[in-house]
Amino acid sequence: MTWILFLEQALNGLQFGLMLFLLASGLTLVFGIMDMINLAHGALYMVGAFLAAWLAQLTQSFVLGVLLAIPLTAVFGMVMESTLLRTLYARDHMSQVLATFALILIINEAVRMIWGTDMPLAAPAALSGPVELLPGLFYPSYRLVIIGVGLVLAGLLYLAVTRTRVGAWVRAGASNREMAMAMGINIQWLFTLVFGLGAALCAVAGALLGPLLAVQVGMGESVLILAFVVIVIGGIGSIWGAFVGSLLVGFVDTFGRTLMPALFREIFPPQVASAAGPAVASILVYLLMAVVLFLRPQGLFARR
Amino acid sequence: MKSFRLAFLLAAALTAASAFAQPVSKVKIGLVSTLSGPNGAIGEEIRDAFNLAVQLNGGSLGGVPVEMVIGDDQFNPQVGKQLFERMVKRDKVDFMTGVVFSNIMLAGLPEAVNEKVFYISPNAAPSPLAGKDCNPFFFAASWPNDAYHEAAGQHATTRGFKSAYLMAPNYQAGKDSLAGFKRFYKGKVVDEVYTKLGQLDYSAELAQVRAAKPEVMYAFLPGGMGVNFIKQFVAAGLNKDIRLVLPGFGADQDVSRGVGDVMLGIQDTAHWALDLNNPANKKFVTEFEKAYKRLPTVYAAQGYDTALILDSAIRSVKGNINDKDAMRKAFREVKFDSVRGAFKFNTNHYPVQNYYLREVKKDSQGRLVNLLASTQPVMANHGDAYVQECGMR
Repeated sequence: MTWILFLEQALNGLQFGLMLFLLASGLTLVFGIMDMINLAHGALYMVGAFLAAWLAQLTQSFVLGVLLAIPLTAVFGMVMESTLLRTLYARDHMSQVLATFALILIINEAVRMIWGTDMPLAAPAALSGPVELLPGLFYPSYRLVIIGVGLVLAGLLYLAVTRTRVGAWVRAGASNREMAMAMGINIQWLFTLVFGLGAALCAVAGALLGPLLAVQVGMGESVLILAFVVIVIGGIGSIWGAFVGSLLVGFVDTFGRTLMPALFREIFPPQVASAAGPAVASILVYLLMAVVLFLRPQGLFARR
Repeated sequence: MKSFRLAFLLAAALTAASAFAQPVSKVKIGLVSTLSGPNGAIGEEIRDAFNLAVQLNGGSLGGVPVEMVIGDDQFNPQVGKQLFERMVKRDKVDFMTGVVFSNIMLAGLPEAVNEKVFYISPNAAPSPLAGKDCNPFFFAASWPNDAYHEAAGQHATTRGFKSAYLMAPNYQAGKDSLAGFKRFYKGKVVDEVYTKLGQLDYSAELAQVRAAKPEVMYAFLPGGMGVNFIKQFVAAGLNKDIRLVLPGFGADQDVSRGVGDVMLGIQDTAHWALDLNNPANKKFVTEFEKAYKRLPTVYAAQGYDTALILDSAIRSVKGNINDKDAMRKAFREVKFDSVRGAFKFNTNHYPVQNYYLREVKKDSQGRLVNLLASTQPVMANHGDAYVQECGMR
């Protein structure tokens, strides 16, 4: 593997990891602070993508579409929290899983009724080609934009959580909910806020990935599983854990997909390698999770 | 002498009557296809083109009025099988056709052929049915599963591409497709990559492709996978140095509509093109666009030809469609003006035909259209690799 290929794959891993982080950070806060398993988190990602595609069509501008979709998805998330999910906090995890799974089905069908099974969403034409970063290292400009947005948002989130009063409440809530309530923090308001923030981050990920992947019904489910893997690896409730976990999953997946088949070809005959290589690559992320669970069941950077 | 002649005539008439069933007053055709969901557009192409051929024929095939029974398999083999059973047993259709996907057709096919109902396939044509599992009641009006890939391999060889990079999803059809390409490719295969079925992000694979520097890249990625792959291939700037070649359905009108202008210049291999120069095709393309306000794809061309095959065969048995042996003979020797030009059934009931290189270009109205890159076929009168394994002669 040449260093140029290595760099390109590292950028790919970074891009994938950062997008996972946008999803996982919201999920880990909701799980950590409210002790609530929200399977419908992926549905917010889908709603964000559809809203962006719809608004981009209306306004004839990709940037405007994305910027408008973010607050709208946040509002949608906050309404969802204050009307439905709030009643589930006191229930056990199984009820929450069942209820939010039902939400996935309902939201999927609602989106299908409103917008159909899929919607076109294209990045601005100026970003459709590659950029030469270093001599010989070409990288799609749109993916660079995604990396940039991801890094900026991760930085802002870090500052917000560590340097602001609301951030302190969030950390307090994640560490010990009862004690935070006893200290006079308005938990209900905080929950709604955190949920809205999580939904907004979902919308960013959905809208940015839309042109790269596809804006379609059911897009949230596959990515939700990976987001759960991330927060299990990183430790529930920890933003820093979600960040490290996301990048780990991003790199392991990207390098696994390219290195595993090559590695297998060295060891096994071609027929076996061509079948086993991709198969092992696709479970590598889950192997990583199993190893972390075995060595550190609470996750790498657990709050509790 | 006179009485002898009369007896002879009577005997001849009687044998004829007993050997041949009476001409029928209408022909019932069952069409099962994927008409809803993300792949529904493909089934619609087939259905619309078949209906168009019947309409242009004044509502009849082979001079017999047609009654259509249409069902949506919902991309589900179980539903497809039930539709086959219902149409054959309850609706008592005379012929079956329509299915897009091999797995659905293979689930439903026994329901038809076991009841001696002919199935004329407008698309799915899996390799086993061309070889050891060939069936006297099955005819493929499309192309053998490997053919597009074989033609792509042949094209890469003819053009003298020295190195090729191959990619397909990790499932049976994916492996078959690359095997087909390699059967006719004489250059060096740099790498052969199998990705997860349904994968949407190809960044890691594309980085490998860039590093491998092949002269040609062949990718069999049906549906949404292909749309994403093409977009990302171009966004990575790989189209400047590497020739991307796809199977015909991978760069057709439906894909162009989803991907947009980055499709320009992409080449593919197919048995048919919008601008194939023959009168039947000119009529088909004009009438199809007039009726449905869009340009037809290969799927539509296949659906249209399926109806024409039925038309010609029913005509040549003079409507006696219940004489199955005569009917089969009529199919095997069918002569019709195919939109693809020369067409002939092999002994395994799979077509022998030409395959062409096509290229996505812009037409005078600024639309993306997939036209012939050369009127010279990549492969002429090409059959398939399995015909020797078939017991029918």
